[in-house]
Amino acid sequence: MATPPRIAAAFLAASLLSLLRAAPAGAVEFNRDIRPLLAEHCFACHGPDAANRKGKLRLDVREEAIARGALNPGRPEASELLLRLASPHADEVMPPPETNKPVAPAARALLERWIREGAPYQRHWAYERPERALIPPGENGIDHLLNRRLAAEGTKPAPEADRRTLIRRLHADLTGLPPSPAEVAAFLADPAPDAYAALVERLLAGPHHGERLALGWLDAVRYADTIGYHSDNPRNVWPYRDWVVRSFHRNQRFDRFTLEQIAGDLLPDASDETRVASGFNRLLLSTEEGGAQPKDYESRMLADRVRAIGTAWLGQTTGCAQCHDHKFDPWTMKDFYALGAFFADVREPAIGRREEGMLVLDPEQRTRLAALQAQEAAARAAYERLLPAIDAAQPAWEAAARTEPAPATANSAVERTQRQVRAALAKAPAQRNERERTLVRDSHRNLSGLGAPERAALAAATATRQAYHDSLPKSLVTVSERPARVVRVQPRGNWMDESGEIVTPALPGFLPAPDFGGRVPDRLDLARWLVSAENPLTARAVVNRLWAQFFGLALSRHPEDLGSQGELPPQQALLDWLAAEFMASGWDTRHVIRTITLSRAYRRSSVAEPAALAADPENRSLARQGAFRLEAELIRDRALAAGGLLSLRVGGPPVRPYQPAGYWANLNFPPRDYTPDAGEAQYRRGLYVWWQRTFLHPSLLAFDAPSREECVATRSRSNVPQQALVLLNDPTYVEAARGLALRVLDGPAGTTARIGHAWQLALQRAPAPAEQAEAERLLARHTEDYRRDPAAARALLATGQLPPPAAADPAELAAWTHLARVLLNLHEFITRS
Amino acid sequence: MPSLNHAELTRRTFLGRSAQGVGGVALASLLHGNSLRAAPARGAAHPLPLPQRVRRVIWLTMAGGPSQLETFDPKPRLAAMHGEPMPESFTRGQQLAQLQGQKLFCHAPQFPFERFGRNGTEICSLFPHLGSIVDEICLVRSMTTDAINHDPAHMFMNTGSQIAGRPSMGAWVNYGLGSEAEDLPGFVVMISTGPGRSPQPVASRQWSSGFLPGRFQGVQFHGGADPVHYLANPPGVDRARQAADVGAINAFNRLHGARVPDPELATRIAQYELAFRLQASVPDLLDLRGEDARTLDLYGCTPGDGSFASNCLLARRLAERGVRFIQLYHRDWDHHSQLREELPLRARETDQASAALVRDLKRRGMLDDTLVVWTGEFGRTPMAQGNKGTTGRDHHNRAMSMWLAGGGIRPGLVHGATDELGYAAVDKVCTVHDLHATMLHLLGIRHETFSVRFQGLDARLTGVEPARVLHDLLT
Repeated sequence: MATPPRIAAAFLAASLLSLLRAAPAGAVEFNRDIRPLLAEHCFACHGPDAANRKGKLRLDVREEAIARGALNPGRPEASELLLRLASPHADEVMPPPETNKPVAPAARALLERWIREGAPYQRHWAYERPERALIPPGENGIDHLLNRRLAAEGTKPAPEADRRTLIRRLHADLTGLPPSPAEVAAFLADPAPDAYAALVERLLAGPHHGERLALGWLDAVRYADTIGYHSDNPRNVWPYRDWVVRSFHRNQRFDRFTLEQIAGDLLPDASDETRVASGFNRLLLSTEEGGAQPKDYESRMLADRVRAIGTAWLGQTTGCAQCHDHKFDPWTMKDFYALGAFFADVREPAIGRREEGMLVLDPEQRTRLAALQAQEAAARAAYERLLPAIDAAQPAWEAAARTEPAPATANSAVERTQRQVRAALAKAPAQRNERERTLVRDSHRNLSGLGAPERAALAAATATRQAYHDSLPKSLVTVSERPARVVRVQPRGNWMDESGEIVTPALPGFLPAPDFGGRVPDRLDLARWLVSAENPLTARAVVNRLWAQFFGLALSRHPEDLGSQGELPPQQALLDWLAAEFMASGWDTRHVIRTITLSRAYRRSSVAEPAALAADPENRSLARQGAFRLEAELIRDRALAAGGLLSLRVGGPPVRPYQPAGYWANLNFPPRDYTPDAGEAQYRRGLYVWWQRTFLHPSLLAFDAPSREECVATRSRSNVPQQALVLLNDPTYVEAARGLALRVLDGPAGTTARIGHAWQLALQRAPAPAEQAEAERLLARHTEDYRRDPAAARALLATGQLPPPAAADPAELAAWTHLARVLLNLHEFITRS
Repeated sequence: MPSLNHAELTRRTFLGRSAQGVGGVALASLLHGNSLRAAPARGAAHPLPLPQRVRRVIWLTMAGGPSQLETFDPKPRLAAMHGEPMPESFTRGQQLAQLQGQKLFCHAPQFPFERFGRNGTEICSLFPHLGSIVDEICLVRSMTTDAINHDPAHMFMNTGSQIAGRPSMGAWVNYGLGSEAEDLPGFVVMISTGPGRSPQPVASRQWSSGFLPGRFQGVQFHGGADPVHYLANPPGVDRARQAADVGAINAFNRLHGARVPDPELATRIAQYELAFRLQASVPDLLDLRGEDARTLDLYGCTPGDGSFASNCLLARRLAERGVRFIQLYHRDWDHHSQLREELPLRARETDQASAALVRDLKRRGMLDDTLVVWTGEFGRTPMAQGNKGTTGRDHHNRAMSMWLAGGGIRPGLVHGATDELGYAAVDKVCTVHDLHATMLHLLGIRHETFSVRFQGLDARLTGVEPARVLHDLLT
């Protein structure tokens, strides 16, 4: 393996440092101290991947390492592993020099100590059942476990944050919406001892908590409005998104949440609701590209689904096992394909257009559709009652029709049909075949004019019913189809190679699994296993991801990988306790969130003293809170809210905000137009923005919203100039700035008071004197400038679709729009602290 | 972008608190361009393990998959077998795209080849300009790829993987080497389309930074009034007004930083300054009025027409300004049908400008430290495809042609060969991973050790399969 450049090298350095700090105390601990070293330096060639194993030696299994002489417990001097590390011979030394991964002397010393102490192994931490540490009654488990560590390390935790910060933090984390100045003022003034807890409960119970939680889950399951490959055409799936929002809103237990998504069609109490949830199985990428081979895409889709289960539920990187046994974790190729085989019954075209999907109706829509269907049926019956009389007139019509001239050409479909009718008419009725008889009969019914009013009524009823049907929400769902597709292990991941073993659905062999008694398990079994008490991974993966929402960084740094290449969490007892608590609570997500937000740890200030920042730059000790940039969608929400424009409607079809012209120019089959939504739809939350996988809305992309082509457990948080360009120049933000300016001018009179009001609306605090002065200077500059150039002021105020207020002084409003724009661009505005 | 060091931060803070008011100095410095710029960033691959032969890459992607048989790979034997069944020995058990399961017939090269240059290298007569620089370029006739549909094939060519989410080559190179462009992104993408048909889509993931930080992702430049999204000020906001706001934003941000230390804040401030400079530097870059008539004639372009030729000229201007990786796409090479009618049009749109780019770089002394690459995402079958109108060729992954030019590249070389019918590369077969390894090698980077930890693996551009630096192509 290679010397990784900076990121990985820094990593390694950090992990070695932590080893050096940690090791001299108690005994060497395999999972903490030794496994990372072996994984980094040895497992690529001497690990679980049998096909690529060198010298038949594996170091991930103690017995085998001992049997091959690599380890001699208690005797480092007789352990080949250690001797090879120090070998002076280039052909003997390990790791081989060309891998450029020499083992540092400190690490070698550690390995020596470990062997001297008997070379004890531990199972990988995440494959053990999470231990639920005993928490004294009445104490918050998070605080108990963290404070114990902090006290032992002599670290003084940060004080509790001020109340304004707390309410803004809670709003950002629980609803993603900013508090109003009035809500902040009320909270600041609330003397009740449980004011904070009451605020938590109010936000959890409110209509927007589900939307906030959905963001992370939709990333994890790669929810999007388009198919992803090539033409990247739309598909109907947004009711699934609304189902996710609703599920979080009503705190559906995570076990049931899992069952409905993976096997909502197979549940004993399956309903339209659970079928919509089963749309999860349809969220993957698909193609309509000409020349795509079904077997190729069948293989891609299988792998896509296995990766999804790995990322969203298990916190495991399974992708490697598509082509070879995993090099670091015990995933075999067979595990990979057998997991994929669970989904082989999902009915879907391997290539080509997805179906419309299941109608997803509310009671009103259901009633209306039924009424229109009844009207259509009645119209049909009325017409059909006339048919015997109409058909009786057919012979006379035929005689006349035979004399009509034939169409000159056969270029159009109509002309071709006319020719066929003539050919049929030329035959005696008894000589006609079934198709010809139908053709002549229908021609007569259509052309004779008999029963014309009833025919027209039927056509109208059909058109009305069809138009209504077309307007109704539909969603791709899972339909199980037997026999299921045959799944084979694909050697080297090559779908053309059909020499591999046929596999049936099976759970990964290295994890505890129930006995199915010889029965081949199905998706429902898979879902039940994922959320069973025996499964050590799911609860950890879920709470680990959730933690990042509330502290900025997951407890185990890479939520997509709790395997041996992931991070042994520095606060493992906390992660394990929280996971165990999650399961013990009956998979109650809200219980976990409540536990987190009510903890003292959550309420700490995020302001780091320089010494604390230097000692623990990433806050892994959790002695303070985190300060981090908001997610892309929430930045949009916050700006629209500040501008008084945000629509708080929950759910519905995706929306189209303003987008730069020509952004979709390179989409094709068919070429795509983009028309921004008018009215309220223009001001919906970021969650509802149309998710075009190959060309995600550029304002979201700039702030690291993922394309959702693959499942994503963590978003990156970049800091790039495009973000400044979006906040400065995107018409959405300009219009929001104007909205904020109008709100300010609607408020108290006088520049000083107005500036204060603007600060309250945008940042929920008063401006500092220096800020006040700077704001006045900026206002004066722009007002004076626009007084000289009123046309420019009017041009600025015409941005967006809302008409500028007629009465306002353009120069004044333009100047305030500038100040508002500055506020929406501030680091503080887009940061949750 | 690098974070500012402490000394810079202190100086900024000092300036920010001077008597003119916090916004004033920032505004002046923004407008007069003397703001404190960060030193060019050094990339993660430093110190470079290998001698750096080239400092930048210009990659010309002929999107859709140009036929090797009508460009760079002459096949007289195929001409002789025109209309005859394709011998099954070539195609049995092979992956085909739209021809899968159909009867296969040989289809002769549709245009004559001519000899060019010192070695009499044969090139299709539709490409006389490229023929005229054949002694400057290295032609590879034995290129292959894994993928056979457009979208995965572009992904494979750009990221070394057919699974979405990997960084593209331009992102890798900027990550490894850092950017030398002060006021421009390090990775710029431009796309052109000839008039007429309905070309294959190109997804923005092709220039994604994948799991690398977002600042390494490619930035698409467009023709028209908004060359980079959100680059233009809102209506009614001129540069001075914009400067006043950017100055105020950074002033407020500094005040905030004085209260609440936040390591991200210095970067945020630097990014606002960079964004503001971008608003001037991009239009300046795109303004071709300063180019003399001789140059415009060389490329054969009309300023502002958004053509491939204009983009080639812009690529040179980007290269001059230190942009590390420039990728041009020219669409509509997907000739399942109308090969005879359409391919000559694409040739006309690209031949002169591609050659002009190499010539122009050379006369300015830039070819020595620039690598120019010309590829499609795959090649095309020697078999006819006739089910889509007039005859064309299907996608093909076992044979394609490409060329390279520039620093470290052996000029005038023809490398590798396909079989007698042009079906499969048989001599000195090259893979996409080999191409990537070779490009990194020229940039001073060892592909084996250039990796980033992602999902538990040391992920590399060149993947897990063995890849070779194509030393034969190098001087």
